Amino acid sequence: MNDPLFVGQGFPSTRGQYRWERLKQRLAFTLLWASGAIAILALLAVVITVVLRGIGIIDLEFLFTSPRGGISGEGGIFSTIVTTLYLVILTLGIATPLGVGAAIYFVEYASDSHGKKVSAYMVQVARFGVETLAGVPSIIFGLFGYILFVSTLHFGFSLLSAGLAGACLILPVSIRTAEEALKTVPRSYREASLALGATKWQTIWKVVLPAAGPGIATGIILNVGRVISETAVFYVTLGGSYKLPSSLLSGGRTMALHLYYLAMETKAFDKAMGTGVVLIITIVVINLIVRYLSAKLAARG
Amino acid sequence: MKGKKSEAFWAGRVIEGILLLDALLAIVVIFLIGLLILIEAWPAFRKIGFVPFLLGKEWRPGKELYGLLPMIVGSILVTLGAVTLGVPIGVALATFLAEVAPPWVQKVVRPAIELLAGIPSVVYGLFGLAVLVPLVRQIPVPGNSGFGLLSASVVLAVMILPTVANISEDAIRSVAREYREGSLALGATHWQTIIGVVLPAARSGIVAAVILGIGRALGETMAMIMVIGNSVIIPKPLNSNPLTIFLSQARTLTGNIAVEISYATGLHENALFATGVVLFILIMLVNSMAHLAMRRRS
Repeated sequence: MNDPLFVGQGFPSTRGQYRWERLKQRLAFTLLWASGAIAILALLAVVITVVLRGIGIIDLEFLFTSPRGGISGEGGIFSTIVTTLYLVILTLGIATPLGVGAAIYFVEYASDSHGKKVSAYMVQVARFGVETLAGVPSIIFGLFGYILFVSTLHFGFSLLSAGLAGACLILPVSIRTAEEALKTVPRSYREASLALGATKWQTIWKVVLPAAGPGIATGIILNVGRVISETAVFYVTLGGSYKLPSSLLSGGRTMALHLYYLAMETKAFDKAMGTGVVLIITIVVINLIVRYLSAKLAARG
Repeated sequence: MKGKKSEAFWAGRVIEGILLLDALLAIVVIFLIGLLILIEAWPAFRKIGFVPFLLGKEWRPGKELYGLLPMIVGSILVTLGAVTLGVPIGVALATFLAEVAPPWVQKVVRPAIELLAGIPSVVYGLFGLAVLVPLVRQIPVPGNSGFGLLSASVVLAVMILPTVANISEDAIRSVAREYREGSLALGATHWQTIIGVVLPAARSGIVAAVILGIGRALGETMAMIMVIGNSVIIPKPLNSNPLTIFLSQARTLTGNIAVEISYATGLHENALFATGVVLFILIMLVNSMAHLAMRRRS
């Protein structure tokens, strides 16, 4: 019964071997279930610890008073919420038009068959840059923001420096996601519009962009999440004052940065956990919005 | 179609011009980032020398000593630790989700993992600081402060888990149906099919997942500053047991930049930009390896 061909390949050829293989499978699947459970527990441990220890801190006072400094991290997180909001508006306000505009040019104009070799070349160069920068650690963008905006242009540690550095951080991803969204719009949409006599720009504005809308929106919202989570870039460009910023040139701290300072400099773990809970909830909400948009996108086919 | 070009035509031209400028600006910004960092780093490489900078064991800005070896070793060791802990669990999780888990488990777990990938790194750092560091401090070895490679590796392992699991799962799912069917038809059990056919077929995708996880680990900054101790030392075992090297404090390349940049001037500042260049090159090497692995797959 020991057919060498099958035994050599590890396939069962006798009843006993088959039982043995079944046993091995049961064992292996148990291990897989166990490692799945371990992984999920490990990930949940982080969230649950932070939520359990932080949720009690959160009340209206925590949310609506500003930090007062001090060793126990007195006060709430109001100014850090506002600063985070300012930074989100600033970074996305800079990066989105730039990224989406560039993506429109790359997809709709540069790869057009005008026979313009220069623009095709430009797309390749841009794509290389985007691909390279998309994988670069954020602290490198922090370095760039520090030397150019904080130091050389004398914006100091400020909202403006941080906003510009943050915009650079999300620019590559903005371009890429917008490009991908535009590429999913079927060619026939464009052709139909052009055949009806619309100009190229009318086609882009009235047909292509609305069709690519949910995809572009998903990219934008993912970037909102990225700015809220980002800490390293703002650690080296935003200063860290816990006061409410009064102008573009005043420093500040985002929620994530506030969490860092609370944990590292004041050892106010409970307040840090409370801030962490607010951050986690924000990210969950953003995630739900993205899922909703993707579902909408998938439903349209 | 003779005659005057219409208003719409010229409007289109203007818009095309604006978009072109926009695209050019984006390209300039993207390349300026790399260029500026190189320019700022250049004096450090010139004055210190490439090899002494990379292999120097002392980093003392006060004495104008800039050797990056402790940080390079720190970054590599903590990444190694994170990969050792995170990759087996991540790949097992991916296999579990793609092959074994019932649909309702998949429906709950997959979005949860995606969500966890988006949680700010400082939250993971806070968990490490408040929970892991005191726990590790319990290990009775003289000189163990709780801060160090072990705490940092565990935090990092949890952080790369979603990356590794997500991409590996995609790779496993993309294995052609015929492979599975062929193996099952030959009489192999499901597990034999997984271990003998599916995982080998998904190998390059899994390798890419691991490499991207390594990239993420090398680039992590804030969570590392919070738990690794940040001492500029080449990690050594604390006693005769070589494993106690993971109880040693360390500093990563990323941490070196973040901790010192805000007060650095002159050559010190240049040396930190040079640290950035080294990190950049390391990441580029890692990412191009991932691209290679991906390409072999297709």
